[in-house]
Amino acid sequence: MEEALLRAVLFGTPLLLAGLGALLSERGGVVNLGVEGMMALSALVAFAVGLQVHPALGVLAGMGVGSLLGLFLGVFAVSLRANQFVAGLALAALGLGASGLLGKRYEGTPLPNPLPEGMLAMLALILALGLHLLLSRTRFGLYLRSVGENPKAADLFGVSVDGVRYLALALGGGMIGLAGAYLSLAYRPSWTDGMTAGLGWVAIALVILAAWQPLRAIFGAYLFGLLFFLQFRLQGSVPIPSEAFAAMPYLLVILVLALSGRARAPKALGQPFDRGR
Amino acid sequence: MGVREALARTWYSQGRALARPMLKLENITKRFGPVVANRRITLEVAPGEVLALLGENGAGKTTLVSILYGLYAPDEGRILLQGKEVRIHSPKEAQRLGIALVPQHPELIEAHTVAENLALGLDLPPVFSRRALVRRLAKLLEGHPLGVDLEAPVARLSAGEKQRVELLRALLNRPKVLILDEPTSVLTPKEAEALFQEIRRLKGLGLSVIFISHKLDEVLAIADRIAVLRAGEKVGEVLRQEADKDLLVRLMVGRSLAPPPKVPPPRAEVVLEVEDLLVPRHGFPVQGVSFALRAGEVLGIAGVAGSGQAELLQALAGLRPFQGRVRFLGEAWPQDPARLFALGVAHIPEERSMGVVEGMSVAENLALRTYRRLAPRGLLDYRIMEKEAEALIGRYGIRTPSPRTPVRFLSGGNVQKVILARELRGGPRLLLAMHPTYGVDVGAAEEVYERILDLVRGGSAVLLVSEDLDEILSLSHRVAALYHGRFVGPISREEADRERLGRMMTEGRV
Repeated sequence: MEEALLRAVLFGTPLLLAGLGALLSERGGVVNLGVEGMMALSALVAFAVGLQVHPALGVLAGMGVGSLLGLFLGVFAVSLRANQFVAGLALAALGLGASGLLGKRYEGTPLPNPLPEGMLAMLALILALGLHLLLSRTRFGLYLRSVGENPKAADLFGVSVDGVRYLALALGGGMIGLAGAYLSLAYRPSWTDGMTAGLGWVAIALVILAAWQPLRAIFGAYLFGLLFFLQFRLQGSVPIPSEAFAAMPYLLVILVLALSGRARAPKALGQPFDRGR
Repeated sequence: MGVREALARTWYSQGRALARPMLKLENITKRFGPVVANRRITLEVAPGEVLALLGENGAGKTTLVSILYGLYAPDEGRILLQGKEVRIHSPKEAQRLGIALVPQHPELIEAHTVAENLALGLDLPPVFSRRALVRRLAKLLEGHPLGVDLEAPVARLSAGEKQRVELLRALLNRPKVLILDEPTSVLTPKEAEALFQEIRRLKGLGLSVIFISHKLDEVLAIADRIAVLRAGEKVGEVLRQEADKDLLVRLMVGRSLAPPPKVPPPRAEVVLEVEDLLVPRHGFPVQGVSFALRAGEVLGIAGVAGSGQAELLQALAGLRPFQGRVRFLGEAWPQDPARLFALGVAHIPEERSMGVVEGMSVAENLALRTYRRLAPRGLLDYRIMEKEAEALIGRYGIRTPSPRTPVRFLSGGNVQKVILARELRGGPRLLLAMHPTYGVDVGAAEEVYERILDLVRGGSAVLLVSEDLDEILSLSHRVAALYHGRFVGPISREEADRERLGRMMTEGRV
């Protein structure tokens, strides 16, 4: 039982971090479908720096890469007012492809001095609480929520819509990068192509399950974590094909998406903002 | 008196100018591609003065406001604030300079509380608590005659309350110039009177107010000076005491309007019978709707926005389920928009965007009710469709480059004419019309009224829902109102006036 909870938390942590990152930009009205690719690339860079310099620096490098990729998405989704969904999907493909290509030489190399998972899991919890306070108690949080609900009104009252969205993508990208670094520096700790294994997509579903509330994301992430744990644990011990277990978290994702019709998303989610129109 | 004479009586032609204007615009020009939205406009407003900007839709009022509020940069001309040239490149800059705006449609964040919305207009510390924010706002607003519940979510406020929030937010930064863009369009007569009181109070405090409107009566009621815009140019400027309705109409439209036409009395035959209709909706249901509508009769229905008018009309148009008895020409009412149209029920929906497919051409939109006939073997015959469209374009005076032009490129008035042409071509027995002239300029509105009256003279019945009380009072034989979904009335036109109709809308009693 205790083991189950521990594994659930440790497995839920990258989901929580990536989910918080996506949640942050979505509250500002920008959908980020690039999470999977951002995680993969930052996991690789974090591992490379961690191996050659120091794991702690690796974490910072992973976060930095995540932030840069968030800003990169912003160029298309914010400044060029491109379709956010297409831009995000392109970023996901780009990140996955680039990490596979650049990561060949690190494939199979173990990290001699991995970071403690527990510490990063604590950090994720603190970040969730911090994000909650950021949204409800700070000027930036108010601006962010305003921009996500009604960018036109926010603009009329002197809030820089594009500026707030870029900042949200950079901060959120940092958290997504941290999720990648957690995988390659603490959880695994190694680099393999495709090691994100769809976690980035589950993180996007987590945002919806959490109804865009950081504190709810904690429970959602650990719930998914528990399901992944059960999938490993029950394989072979019950007469159900392991594929059925393997599919369980993803089935839950579909179920969440189907049942979440009533959850209140930020009103301007997915809409590019253009003052002239 | 012609327009030329009217112009001769204007402010600048007599060489008058303000000694120390608070705000002055000089030769402001703004182009959008080939369209000139503002051409060499010069205006000034003194401290403690209300300047009205009067003009039809599309005259360039909103563009001018957008320039003043930093949303657009002018192509030419300059802006002087207290004698000093300023460049206003963003709304934030406008606020810093002391220019505040109450936009035409409340631009509030519905999911936030009143306090959070007001906070957007404040200098906030980076970190704050909700309680401290509410305390600070309460202190700032202390003694202000317009009160609001700071902790209420905006989504629960009425249109009038939302505007009050906008006004308070505009006033929080102690502006020098306050711009009100068509502020009464969402208000009941009583709320409008309260707003005028507030404007007079602010004027007394030395604020310069720019009041934008296309309604003559309210401009004459509140303004000290009136500038009239037409087709992007300032065509005249008069002091309040020099102005009268006729002069302003001439300046605004470029000609006099015909006196409102007489509506002939209805006939005996009953077209539509509604008994105890109940329409479920979000909030109070629409209920207690009972009336009989005769051939050649217009029943006007007034109400504050959101009182259930939209739902009532949708139910009758077959778009929303209802309970109760409805009979049309003595027959049962089919709940199906296509069959209703075939029986002779036409519908002008609440919003123009609901009545047309904007990306489709004028001809295609005109064929939306009749496309089955145009496709005898399953394929649309575009030749016939466009020929029919050309005939309708001529008959209804739709200004469009060609029948193939997408509707999205047409002006609001012309889009409305497309809808009218499509709905009225078959000579319907009953017209369900909602806001038929909303956002349409005076000239086009006249044409819309003429079409509707043609129909009435021919013996059709009309159910007219509008927020424009003058429109309802000038066209209807009988009037009713909706109050929180409850049907009030109907009473005959002779018993009704603006005040009584206002009471029906806001107090729910006849």
